[in-house]
Order: sequence, then structure tokens, then C-alpha cells
Amino acid sequence: MPKPEGVQEKRIAVEARGITKIFGAGENALRALDNVSVSIRQNEFFTLLGPSGCGKTTLLRLIAGFEYPSEGAILLDGTDIATLPPFKRPVNTVFQSYALFPHLTVAQNIAFGLEMLGKPRAEINARVAQMLKLVQMEELGQRRTDQISGGQAQRVALARALAPSPKVLLLDEPLSALDYKLRKEMQIELKRMQHETGITFIFVTHDQEEALTMSDRIAVMSKGKILQIGGPRDIYERPSDRFVANFIGETNFIDAEIDGATGGAAAVIARLPGGAQIAAGVPDGMVPRGRVAIVVRPEHAVLARPDEGGQLRGTVENVVYSGTDTHFHVRLDGGNPFVVRSQNRRGTEAAFAAGDPVAVRIQDGAAQVLRD
Amino acid sequence: MATAREVSDRAARRDVRDRWLLSAPALIVIFFAAIGPLFVMLAYSFMAKGDYGDVKFGQFSLDGWFSVFLQRDIFDDTITLADAHLSIFWRSVRLSVITTVLTIALGFPTAYFIATRPRHTREIWVFLVTIPFWTNLLIRTFAMQEVIRNEGILNTLLIRLGIIAQPLQIMYTDAAILFGMVYVYLPLMVLPLYASMEKLDFRLVEAGYDLYAGRLQVLRRVIFPLVKPGVIAGSILVFIPSLGAYVIPRVLGGGKNMMLGNLIEMQFGAGRNWPLGAAISITLMAIVMVALLFYVRNTARSGAGHG
Ligand SMILES: Nc1ncnc2c1ncn2[C@@H]1O[C@H](COP(=O)(O)OP(=O)(O)OP(=O)(O)O)[C@@H](O)[C@H]1O
Ligand SMILES: [Mg+2]
Repeated sequence: MPKPEGVQEKRIAVEARGITKIFGAGENALRALDNVSVSIRQNEFFTLLGPSGCGKTTLLRLIAGFEYPSEGAILLDGTDIATLPPFKRPVNTVFQSYALFPHLTVAQNIAFGLEMLGKPRAEINARVAQMLKLVQMEELGQRRTDQISGGQAQRVALARALAPSPKVLLLDEPLSALDYKLRKEMQIELKRMQHETGITFIFVTHDQEEALTMSDRIAVMSKGKILQIGGPRDIYERPSDRFVANFIGETNFIDAEIDGATGGAAAVIARLPGGAQIAAGVPDGMVPRGRVAIVVRPEHAVLARPDEGGQLRGTVENVVYSGTDTHFHVRLDGGNPFVVRSQNRRGTEAAFAAGDPVAVRIQDGAAQVLRD
Repeated sequence: MATAREVSDRAARRDVRDRWLLSAPALIVIFFAAIGPLFVMLAYSFMAKGDYGDVKFGQFSLDGWFSVFLQRDIFDDTITLADAHLSIFWRSVRLSVITTVLTIALGFPTAYFIATRPRHTREIWVFLVTIPFWTNLLIRTFAMQEVIRNEGILNTLLIRLGIIAQPLQIMYTDAAILFGMVYVYLPLMVLPLYASMEKLDFRLVEAGYDLYAGRLQVLRRVIFPLVKPGVIAGSILVFIPSLGAYVIPRVLGGGKNMMLGNLIEMQFGAGRNWPLGAAISITLMAIVMVALLFYVRNTARSGAGHG
């Protein structure tokens, strides 16, 4: 019988509730995860994004069952699995190091999980063949694992983890060892497989571009905390936190002042240095007042001649051509830097040169207040 | 004109010759110290026995080899199997195999325990394992006698605890020899096992758990195949000296429970039958070689695939 609350919202596959993980004790105690809560929906491509050492692997290992939380609960399909050993969790991992069994062939590696589940031989063989086909390695089933390339090993690791049809697949930076071209191919393939299998993917990366292109939702982590969870567009266009804004893409930070406090509003009017006013988005649940920082992405602003008007004024310091775009590095009148990116079109020259006084026009809805 | 191939062939030949020259001193020592005596043994085994030990040089005789497994009745010249020798062969092989199995059973968890300690404490454990080597084998064997004799530590303890009423007769049985050999040879199993377990990538163990293998299955399907070289090395190190054990069966097994080492010693001593002693020694070597071949074949096969 379906639960009443399950009807309207999308079902939750994995939920972490107030997870804290502390390694060591006493003076050496290290808080790898600090009160982390996140709900990952079924058949979602969910990405944990953050710099090295922020706790991404630790969170994956907690979900897989290799570590147990110091505090908090992990729920799988609504039931607490925090004390279940890894071999009883319907969760498989693609390890960062692949961890293929060196004493087994490619096919035997893929068959391992199925054998442990006690599946009949015929079913195992069929499934292994199907998996080899899925990762396009039909010919290499009998190879030893030290006789295949890095990219192939990565596919075998993927096939091995997918073969038992887990409810959730954990991928710990599976593409980091691959060269650029192969990585692009595998990104597309991973998305295809996630689509075809309907399995929930929890994907770890510290590559922001990879996260933005592949994910349904992203959790940005830093120092054991989740700073923001949202779709790629949310994260990129409406970062709620200075760290998130900085970590993902290029950003301009502007100091601003907010006069009236309007609780619960999605946007406020902020006064910029120089006196111009602009509507800025507000992170959920924040009531900004006084001095705040707002962010504007470089491509969400355009340059204009001073007499044409804009919210900010300054002088072009530097023009950098980079193929598809041109970057204008502007020094604002108050002394702060501001970068404007404009896409290059055929036949048009850059309209401004270093030394030109300019006005900066920020597009509607492009400004976002930061939480800090 | 020399082709590139000829040049490289010549270089390879010179390389081989240099290597032989450089190794020559070592090879000469090995020949005279290790292989030379074996030829002496082989020669002695084909000579007639001397009246007071030794051999009669130049007198060819197959008597020594004949007596390894056979005997001729003194009165009617009928040839029968030498039961006494056969039972000693059988005891030696049997006790050595059991010793090897027991040392694996005890050494595996020990090595696993050490290999899973933090890196800086592992050396301490390895060091502790090697402590028995500091004392002489004979002394260790007598120490074991103290443990298992009727009034020894083990029996006293069991009687005090009320588990048994009468002391167990362990001394002068095969069990006593096993106690001694397992105790003495256990470090020889633990060390190679530890060496291969230390190299074990524990991420593979995690991968096993991740793929629904329980603890026992991970042990059987992941850990054991990966540390098999260590198991084999340890087995060789334990099996071979067990087969030729001399002091342990002598002290703990008493006069009746002889092993091959004692039988050989007897032929060169009181038995005054050097050709027979030499023949038994070479037979012992042959058994070891067969066992080694068996091991090697086994590893080669399991290396190619998975059993
Ligand atoms: N077993 C452990 N014992 C002690 N500290 C640990 C252990 N595992 C991880 N840590 C620490 O916890 C923190 C988070 O580690 P984690 O491996 O989760 O980082 P990560 O986000 O995966 O980094 P990377 O991108 O480099 O893989 C690090 O400071 C790390 O040193
Ligand atoms: Mg990591």
C-alpha cells in the first residue's frame, strides 16, 4: 500500500539525516562530516561536488557501509541502514581506484556480485554478457584485468557494480583517471546508462564542469558541510554562498546595501556603490539587511558607453580574447575589479579597449545576494 | 657488413658470457659446498657397506637401495616389503602434511592480524614472531617437553581445572611430535603469509563486501586467492624441514616414533649401513622434489585462471 505522503512527492532513494563523522579521538579528532543532511531522489543523477578533503568520499563510504556514522542516520527507501554491513546493502560502488580483482578475468569480475547473491549460473552468464555489451567490451571478457587499458578498467568497474542491479550506484570520481576525450565519452555513456537502468546515481567529482553537465542536482560541499543543494542552473546562477559562487565558474562580488527588510521575499532592492539600485535574488529563508555581498556572473553583464547608462561605472583595464569569448577586466570607480564576458560574433571587433571609461549594465535577475 | 641484428646478437652473447664470469666464484662455492656432497651421497649409496661403518670404495652394490623399501629373509631368502621403513616414511609424510595444515590454520589468522595493525606496530608483532629463533632448536624442543609431559604445564593445568582426572599421555606419541613441529615451524609459515598479506590491497576486500560477499566468502574468494603465493611459500618452508625433522621426533617421539631424519641418522650411526643411509637420504630428497613440483604445477594452474 502506498503511503499517503509518497503520492505527491518524488520517492526518496537515500536520505542522510544529521550525519556527523569524526575520525580519531582527542586532539587528533577530525570532523570529516559535520551535521550533513541530504535527500537523494529515486533515479536521480546526484553529484557531490567539492574540493579535495571536503568529505565526499567519506559520505559515499557511509552510504556504502564501509564506515559508520558518529551521529545521525542513513535511510535507504525509508529504512535506517546505518548498522547494516556493506554486503547487506543494495548499494554498489565504482571505486576511485576501480579495485578490480586481479585474480579474476573481466567476465569473472562482473559475475562476482551475482555469484555472491546465489543467482543461477545461466542467469549470471546472460547478465554478464549483457553487461559486457552495455560497456562495449564484448570481446574482452576473458582478458585478465592487468591486460586492459585504464578506460576499459573503468568500464569493467562500472559493469561489475551495475550487474547486480543495485538500487543505488555510488561513483567515486570514476572519470578522474581518464584523458579529456575519453572522459567526455564516458560522461555521455554514464548518463545513457543511468537513463537505461533507472538506477539512482550518486556521483563524486571535484570537476565543476563535469558536475554541471551531468547532474540532475548537485550538492556543493566544503570542510565537511553541504553548503548548497540544487540543480546545475540554481547552483550556477543563484549561488547562496561565497564559497559556492567562487568554486563554480568565474564570479564578480559587489558590496551592496539593503535598506528595507522584506522578510520572506524572493528578491530585494539593493543599493550598489555609486548609488544605482538593482533587484537581487535572495537565498531561501534569508532576510538580508544592511551591508551584503551580491554576485553577478561575467556573462550576465554587458558594457556600454558611459553616456548610455548602467548600474556601475569604471575603466577598462584589460581585454582578453579567448576564442569563443572576450573578457573585459574593468576597474570600478570604487576600486573593485569586475569582469564582463561577451560572446564573440563573426565580423565584430571588440567595442572597447583598455583605458576606455565604461558603464556596466547588469541584466535583469542576474544579481544574487550571498548568505554570509 | 654487420646487420643490426648481428650486432645485437653479438652484444647479447657477450652479455651472457660476462654474466657467467661474474657469477663463477659463487657457482664454484655452490658446487663444492652444496651439490658436491650430494654426488658423494649418490656414490656412497651404490657401494657395499663397510664392516664398521663407512663403505668399501670401488665395490659396486645395490644392497643399500634394495633395503630402502625391501628386506630379504635371513633364512629362506624371500623378499618382503620393509614394514619398519615404510611406516617411518608414512609417518614422516603424514606428520609433515598435518604440520603444514595446522601451521596454515594458525598462521593465517596470525598473519592477518599483524597485517591489519597500524603500520608502526606491525614491526613489533613481526619481531615478536621471530623471538623463538633466538634460542636453539634443542632447547625449544625440551621446553615443549616441559609443556606436554605427564607432570608438565598442560596436564597440571587441565587436572587443576578438573577437565581431566588422569594426565594425558602426549609424550612419546605422534601428537607430541606434532606439538613440537607446529610450535617450531609456525614462524616459518607466519612470515611469508604476512609478507603477502601486507601487500594485499584492502580496497579489494571492501570491493568484495560491496558485492555482497560475506566475511567468509571474502576470505575464500578474495583474500585467499590473493595471498596464495604466501601460503605456498610458507608450506614449502614448513613441509621440507618437517619431513627431515630429527631433533623433535628424537626428543618428543622417543625411540619408537622415528621419522626419516632419525632413520637416516641410525644408519650412519648404530646401524653401520652408510649405503642404506645415503639411499634413504636421496629418497627423502626425491619426495621433496615431487612435492615441490606438485606445488609449482598447482600455482601455475591457479595463476592462469581462478579455481
Ligand atoms: N580513515 C580515516 N581516518 C582519518 N581521517 C580520515 C579517514 N578518511 C578520511 N579522513 C579525513 O577526512 C577528510 C575527508 O576525506 P575524504 O576522503 O572524504 O575527502 P574527499 O572529499 O573524498 O577528498 P578527495 O577529493 O581528495 O578524494 C580528510 O581530511 C581526510 O584526511
Ligand atoms: Mg575522495
